[in-house]
Amino acid sequence: MDYLKLVTLGLVAFAAALLASLGHDLAYKVHAAIIMVVAGGMFLWTLKGMEQDAPVLATPTGYMDGPIRYGVIATAMWGVVGFLAGTFIAFQLAFPALNFDWGQPFTNFGRLRPLHTSAVIFAFGGNALIATSFYIVQRTSAARLWGGNLAWFVFWGYNLFIVLAATGYLLGATQSKEYAEPEWYVDIWLTIVWVAYLAVFMGTILNRKERHIYVANWFFLAFIVTVAMLHIVNNLSIPVSLLGSKSVQVFAGVQDAMTQWWYGHNAVGFFLTAGFLGMMYYFVPKQANRPVYSYKLSIIHFWALIFLYIWAGPHHLHYTALPDWASTLGMVFSIVLWMPSWGGMINGLMTLEGAWDKIRTDPIIRMFVASLAFYGMSTFEGPMMSIRAVNSLSHYTDWTIGHVHSGALGWNGLITFGALYFLTPKLWGRKEMYSVPAINLHFWLATIGIVFYAASMWVTGIMEGLMWREVDANGFLVNSFADTVEAKLPMYVVRGLGGVLYLAGAIVMVWNMWMTIRAPKTVAIATPAE
Amino acid sequence: MDLYSILREFADSWALLALFSFFIGAAIFVFRPGSGPLHADAAQVPLRERATPMTAPCACPACTCAPLPEDTK
Repeated sequence: MDYLKLVTLGLVAFAAALLASLGHDLAYKVHAAIIMVVAGGMFLWTLKGMEQDAPVLATPTGYMDGPIRYGVIATAMWGVVGFLAGTFIAFQLAFPALNFDWGQPFTNFGRLRPLHTSAVIFAFGGNALIATSFYIVQRTSAARLWGGNLAWFVFWGYNLFIVLAATGYLLGATQSKEYAEPEWYVDIWLTIVWVAYLAVFMGTILNRKERHIYVANWFFLAFIVTVAMLHIVNNLSIPVSLLGSKSVQVFAGVQDAMTQWWYGHNAVGFFLTAGFLGMMYYFVPKQANRPVYSYKLSIIHFWALIFLYIWAGPHHLHYTALPDWASTLGMVFSIVLWMPSWGGMINGLMTLEGAWDKIRTDPIIRMFVASLAFYGMSTFEGPMMSIRAVNSLSHYTDWTIGHVHSGALGWNGLITFGALYFLTPKLWGRKEMYSVPAINLHFWLATIGIVFYAASMWVTGIMEGLMWREVDANGFLVNSFADTVEAKLPMYVVRGLGGVLYLAGAIVMVWNMWMTIRAPKTVAIATPAE
Repeated sequence: MDLYSILREFADSWALLALFSFFIGAAIFVFRPGSGPLHADAAQVPLRERATPMTAPCACPACTCAPLPEDTK
């Protein structure tokens, strides 16, 4: 078996070396070199392992927490990278001189922006989702992860995808689809990893010893299956050459735009909502130590979210070549979506019924509550912005950016921080985090950062929307585009400061996690490192 | 009729009806008689967490899978 592995890895490394020299563009060559190094490293690692006598392996029995520990660390690390990139590009917008001449074209806004979005959504959010889903599915199924080392493949394979995507953006490989920028071979790799992820998750559920499939697992499963479907359909493309990164989309024109926003909005709906609701339905009851407020409501929440979200995409394409019926459909479904979203928020918040004092005493609960509050706020704001008349003011302005960030920083960010604070002591066998006051500090830094961010973007977004549409008595436009850019500067600086605060909070968290992990053990680890 | 019109016709009628009935059906099914204890039991799943995976599923359908004494730490 080891020999087969060696031969395969050797062949992959050789093929990658060949492609690195034959490739047509820089991104392709660098990616081939990365794969060569990874395959070569794994070759040596396998070879080293063969020298030792194979230990008699007892069938592992406990929960498989190794990939989850790695996932927790990767989440924190990618979080800091993503927030740093975001803060930097926020200041690039305020002070264009930060698009350094010596860094052209690699460090300009256009290339760092997809790096930021992918780092926070897919690297930070994706690693959080994989780690927490593996943790939750084992605990709520009372079964070990299915598939042995396949879970390790999912973790490393997914992070390789992130490295390929991020380096590709800097080197200019992009298919110009927002949140789906990676080129064709990176897309194929992600598909393989995602199928493995589905297999591990489904296998564990099928192996479950619990009678019920707990509702959190429904949300995770919907997230995994739907993201697979979205990813494949939106990335249907034909490479120009097998030796280059450039590809051509199969769909064209308005069909392509509709496919992209069907994907784009459901990336929000299933990646950033369904998956994170899976986290919410486990961690909030767990941290509050009481069952979810209404299990019936959680099931209806699930089906309503699944049935409605998938139609909401066309609201990104108001006043375009898209037929009116389609954009009206998207608008109507977006507004209807408000109800299940608030149903879920209420279900999460009311779980604290009878334990409201924990908001005061437990900073982790406070993070979950603030997260749900931001979820509620952005799922009200979103349907409102999808209304055609409102959209004619908000579209193309920074109001959209503010909306996205109150959801991403508030809902996704805070719930992930809460989950990391919950998981770190448990996974490393500590009683609690090294410093509870530091969690409190992180909470306030993050919350004030979000308030700075959202408030400045509301002001600047509505201001520029109004400036763009302002006409004088003769019907001429009053403002040029550059006038709005000038007027926005103070708000851009405030937004950047909000980013600095949020980033500072994340760094406090990383320090706290580091100190917790290296602190002396206080509780026996249920499952030793493997 | 061209393919677009056929698909539009189908989407506006049978597909809409099927999706909508499934959704309403799922919502009604939640409130079926006897679902209360099942849901109450399912809601307890995260709270009766075991320190290690179980080797066998709950024996009887009526069992609530309460934690074993050695699991509660």
